[in-house]
Amino acid sequence: MDYSKILSPTVQEIKPSGIRKYFDIADSMEDVISLGVGEPDFPTPWEIRKAGILSLEGGKTRYTSNRGLEQLRREICHYVNRKYSLTYDPATEVLVTVGGSEAIDACVRAITAPGDEIIIPQPSYVCYEPIVRLAGGVPVIIETRAEHDFKLTPEDLKNAITPKTKALIMPYPCNPTGGIMEREDLEAVAEVLRGTDIFVISDEIYAELTFGKHPHVSIAAIDGMHERTVVVNGFSKTFSMTGWRLGYACGPAPILQQVTKIHQFAIMCAPTTAQYAAIEALRNGDEAVANMREEYDMRRRLIVSGFNRIGLSCREPLGAFYAFPCIRSTGLSSDEFCERLLYAEKVAVVPGTAFGQGGEGFIRASYCYSTAHITEALRRIERFLKTL
Amino acid sequence: MNIKLLKLLSQDSRTSTADLATMLGMSEKDVCAQIAEMEREGVIRGYKAVVDWDRLDNAYVSAIIELKVTPKAGLGFEDVAAKVMKYPEVESVYLMSGVYDLNVVVKGKTFQEVAKFVAKELSTIESVTSTATHFVLRRYKELDVALLGSGKDERGSYSF
Repeated sequence: MDYSKILSPTVQEIKPSGIRKYFDIADSMEDVISLGVGEPDFPTPWEIRKAGILSLEGGKTRYTSNRGLEQLRREICHYVNRKYSLTYDPATEVLVTVGGSEAIDACVRAITAPGDEIIIPQPSYVCYEPIVRLAGGVPVIIETRAEHDFKLTPEDLKNAITPKTKALIMPYPCNPTGGIMEREDLEAVAEVLRGTDIFVISDEIYAELTFGKHPHVSIAAIDGMHERTVVVNGFSKTFSMTGWRLGYACGPAPILQQVTKIHQFAIMCAPTTAQYAAIEALRNGDEAVANMREEYDMRRRLIVSGFNRIGLSCREPLGAFYAFPCIRSTGLSSDEFCERLLYAEKVAVVPGTAFGQGGEGFIRASYCYSTAHITEALRRIERFLKTL
Repeated sequence: MNIKLLKLLSQDSRTSTADLATMLGMSEKDVCAQIAEMEREGVIRGYKAVVDWDRLDNAYVSAIIELKVTPKAGLGFEDVAAKVMKYPEVESVYLMSGVYDLNVVVKGKTFQEVAKFVAKELSTIESVTSTATHFVLRRYKELDVALLGSGKDERGSYSF
C-alpha cells in the first residue's frame, strides 16, 4: 500500500525535528551530561502532588466540564489578576487545556482560515510553525536578533504585516533565547496592532520565570490589547508539573467559545486529577515557586558567567530557564558544534537552528540542572573548545 | 548573616568562592570575607564529606542511644552532656523534648563494641538513669543526600 497517498500532504510536508538524530546518538552513549531538556528538575511541590492524590482517594475520577472545573477557572482568574492585572470571567473567558500546547493549537485552529498569515518571531518554541501549517495557515517568520536581546521590534512587525495577516504569536518569555518583552517593548508592539484586526496569541508559559527586576508583563494588560489577545499559560514550568499536562487560555468570550468547541470535540476535558492539583498550586504555590525561581537564578548566573569565561559570548537571559550563547567564534555551524561536542565530550545541547533558521550561530543550554552538573558540563565544553 | 551563602555552602561546601560569588551576584572578595567572618563567629563549624559507609566492607555501625538523665541542680543537662560529648565514639548529642532527655549517636566498628561502650561508659555516668539503644541497620539518606536509588535523570538528554 502506498501510505504516502493515504497520509495528508500537509502532515507529510512537516519536517521532523532536526534534533532527532542527537537523541539516538546520546541514547547509545554512557555518561552523557545533558543541558538539553526543557523541563524543570524539581519534583512537583509535595502539597500539589498531595492534592492530586487526595482527589484520587476521594474518587474524583470523572470528566469535568469541557471548560475545566469551575473552581479551577475561578482560581485561574484570581491568579492572572493578582499577578498580571488581567481580568477575565471564569464562566466564559477561560478554558483549561491539556498543557499550554493544546491551548495554542486550539486557538490557532479557531482563528485560522486557509491562507491566513500568522506571524511568528523566531528563534522560538518548535510547535508554532507546524501548528499553523496544520491549521492551513501560512507562517510568516520574523527573525529576532541578539543585538535586540531577541525582542520583537515594532519595525520588524510592521514589515511582516500584509493584508493577509491574521494573528501574531508572542513567545515571551522566550524558549530558547531567554528574551523577555518589558512594558515599553510591549507598548511599541501594541501601537502597531491597535486599530488593526490582527489578533495576538501570547504564549506566557514562562511568565513566572523572569529574573532581576523584570516582573512579567502580559501584552493583554497593555491598553487596547485585552480585546485582541488570548493569553496562554500553564502549570508545567511554573510549578514543575510537566507530566500533569495542564494549561489554560484566557481571552475574549467570542473567541474562547469557539476554542472551547474545538477542545470539546477533540479532547473532552483536561485531566481531572491534574485539575485538582492545579487548584492547590494556584492557591498556595507562591512560596514553592519563589524558592525554585531563586535556585534557577543562581544557576542562571553560574552558566552565563561560565559561557562568557570560556569564550562563548552569552547575553543575560532574563526569562525562562535557558542560556543561548553564541558559538560563531568557533567557526562551526550550530549543528556541527552540537554534534561534535556530543561525540567529543558527551555534552548534550540543542542547536539554535532547532528553533528556526534565526538560531544559526547559537546553542540552547538549559540550566534545569544542579550547579554541580552545570559546572561539569561547562568544564567539558571548555575542554572541547580548546581542541578546535 | 548571609543565609543564601550558608545554604549554598551546606549544599556543597566545595563550591569555589568564584562560583559562589557569581551565583549570589557578589564579589569574590566579599564572599571570602563573609565566610571568614562566619567561621570566626562559629556560625560555620566545619566542612565534611558525606560518605556512604555502607559501600565499604568494614563499614562502621552506629546507634542512637536514648538517655534519661536526672539534671543536676544549677547545672541542668549541660554537665552530663559535656561528659557524654567528650567520647570520640559519640558523633552527636542533642537535648530532646519528650520521654527521654539526651539523644546520643554513637559509632563503633561492631555492634558489640557499641553495646559495650553504652554499658561500660554511658550508662555508668552519674545521673544517667537509663539507656535505650537503637542500632542503625541501613542509611537511606544522610545530610540531605539520598544514598538509595541510581539518581538517574528520568528526563533523558533532550526535550524542547
